[in-house]
Amino acid sequence: MGLFGFGGIAASFYHVSVERRKWLSTDEYAQTLAVGQILPGASLINMSTIVADRFHGLLGVALALLGLFAFPLIILIALITTYDQFSHLPDVQSATKAAAAAAVGLTFGIGLKLAKDIIRSGAGLVFAILSFLLIGIFRLPMLQSIFGLVTLSIVFSIWQSKK
Amino acid sequence: MLLIAQTFAMTAIVSIGGIATMIPEIHRIAVETYAWMDDTDFATAFAISQVAPGPNVLLMSLVGWRVAGFAGLMTATLSTVLPTAALSVGFSRLESKLKTTPWYAIINKSFPPLIVGLMLSSGLVTAKASIHSAFGIMIAIGVALYSYHKKTNPLYPIFASVLIGILAGRLGYL
Repeated sequence: MGLFGFGGIAASFYHVSVERRKWLSTDEYAQTLAVGQILPGASLINMSTIVADRFHGLLGVALALLGLFAFPLIILIALITTYDQFSHLPDVQSATKAAAAAAVGLTFGIGLKLAKDIIRSGAGLVFAILSFLLIGIFRLPMLQSIFGLVTLSIVFSIWQSKK
Repeated sequence: MLLIAQTFAMTAIVSIGGIATMIPEIHRIAVETYAWMDDTDFATAFAISQVAPGPNVLLMSLVGWRVAGFAGLMTATLSTVLPTAALSVGFSRLESKLKTTPWYAIINKSFPPLIVGLMLSSGLVTAKASIHSAFGIMIAIGVALYSYHKKTNPLYPIFASVLIGILAGRLGYL
């Protein structure tokens, strides 16, 4: 799966685990996806870990991670050493700049799409803006900022539910 | 090496919403605080990790590679993946119990807006590191609009941009 996951492994994960191998039903897929996204770290790695653990325990997890990373890491090392040899060529430089700019655009695109889907209340908007200000603008350490914001947001929703 | 491991593990643990939300923090540490790499290196690693096959965690592997070669790559990858994988297993095994507690619903509601802020921060930080021309801004805006409106494999817009970029470079616009 790792090998074919160009541009992220989300699509191939769905294809293999739901359609081909039938490890998960579509409902289970949606549930696992929600959990994988809420948990910290790479969503798809989290999902793969959960599925592997369910079927084969910790050995399954180890094998799944090995399978997901072994080939991509080998390819990555080949890619970066090749890149270093050719990085002085103007074409390679323009290509890298364009790819980075496109990846920036993708990140913003996903961020905006998430904003549209997720933010349904004034409070949600305030917390989104706060986390953008703390991390993106003021560049504060993430660990403390996220802990602070999560605490604040939990306190807020408890206060709200008591009203 | 210990510092790399600690950095990636601590950041991964709070990176709710996926690897992309780790980017601002890793940039802050690797470029701004310790100067392990400069903005150009970071932008290149970001670009390469997006076109390489495999999970997005590869960006962290590349940062590790730039800092300390193969050992750095393995350290960065493992310290990003293992703690969060362990957390996933733990969570998944307790899921049925946790789901009935009120905490589950609260966390489910309070995380997503923070993820939005983190994603946009990620866009801003990578934009500052990698975009230095009007042409780059145009490509980024174009791709942002395209991916906002259409569900697409991210590789297609990147590939199209690369072709346009090479062409623009040859014509002297980049």
